[in-house]
Amino acid sequence: MTQSRHRRAGMVRSHTATGGDLTPARQGLDAATLLLADAGQPVTGLAAQPRRVMELCLPGVLSVSEVAAHLHLPGPVVRVIVSRLLDSGHLSARAPFVPTASSPHSAEVLRKVLVALEKL
Amino acid sequence: MPARAQSVKVLVLGPFAVGKTTFVRTVSEIRPLSTEERMTRAGELVDELDELSEKDTTTVAMDFGRLTLSEEIVLYLFGAPGQPRFHGMVRSLMQGALGGLVLVDTRRIADSFDAIDLLEEARLPYTVAVNHFSGSPRYSDAHLRDSLSMDDEQPLVSLDAREIGSAKHGLIALVRHILYRPRHLEHTP
Ligand SMILES: Nc1nc2c(ncn2[C@@H]2O[C@H](COP(=O)(O)OP(=O)(O)OP(=O)(O)O)[C@@H](O)[C@H]2O)c(=O)[nH]1
Ligand SMILES: [Mg+2]
Repeated sequence: MTQSRHRRAGMVRSHTATGGDLTPARQGLDAATLLLADAGQPVTGLAAQPRRVMELCLPGVLSVSEVAAHLHLPGPVVRVIVSRLLDSGHLSARAPFVPTASSPHSAEVLRKVLVALEKL
Repeated sequence: MPARAQSVKVLVLGPFAVGKTTFVRTVSEIRPLSTEERMTRAGELVDELDELSEKDTTTVAMDFGRLTLSEEIVLYLFGAPGQPRFHGMVRSLMQGALGGLVLVDTRRIADSFDAIDLLEEARLPYTVAVNHFSGSPRYSDAHLRDSLSMDDEQPLVSLDAREIGSAKHGLIALVRHILYRPRHLEHTP
């Protein structure tokens, strides 16, 4: 079934095209990781690209992907820059979603979700 | 948020301007972090999405929303853009998600293929939701299913992302699908 959709769209499956991401520069740092700049850290000593990353992140939270999009830089490059800024304390990182310990996909939880949604 | 609450996550995907931000905004109990708003307190992102800054207008591609369904369950909504440069982000967001909602504009059905492919690649269950805009053609379900190469078992709904009473049906269809879908559509993550 996906076959026809791909043919119609004239697309290559994206994961084949990218061949998978490069190894993240730092454990736990991925495209959806949220970044927060520490306004107290000096940016004067930074090179141009890390400085631009800091300027982007200072007004608020951005994900690694969004930083990459703003700077027109490839994700892996941004991750390396961000890793260094994390190491130096200029940035801090936060996962966008923290899963609960127990499986959220149990039928019991799903039924509760359904009941609650229907009551909305 | 209650200390022992379960977090469940649903992704809202689809092409540019299809209504992702609108959907997340409508369903969320908080003003989601989105294109028009950037929050200044990342440290509290998950628990206090309501603490948003209204000052900043830099474009943000992701939408975050939260809906407390009960004392025990909190639903997180993540709207993510369709452009290939964000695929890495979407793949990361898909980890641990319940499933996805794919928004479709009937004037450009093919633009939603990408989101469907990403979800299938991740083996996540999903629901296709048609957002009707003024002037967008109304096709039969059969036509839509054919255009989208969808199985009959795959849920297909129409909704207005601006109305909670309508938008919630997209989520309901998704959860029903996960609970009751035929065995052959079941994926083991
Ligand atoms: N008629 C109608 N208009 C809608 C619906 N959902 C969204 N819109 C409108 O469509 C426009 C785009 O909606 P957004 O929610 O910004 O779309 P988006 O998918 O977040 O767009 P990007 O983030 O730019 O990719 C807005 O003007 C919405 O008010 C819908 O269900 N019906
Ligand atoms: Mg948007």
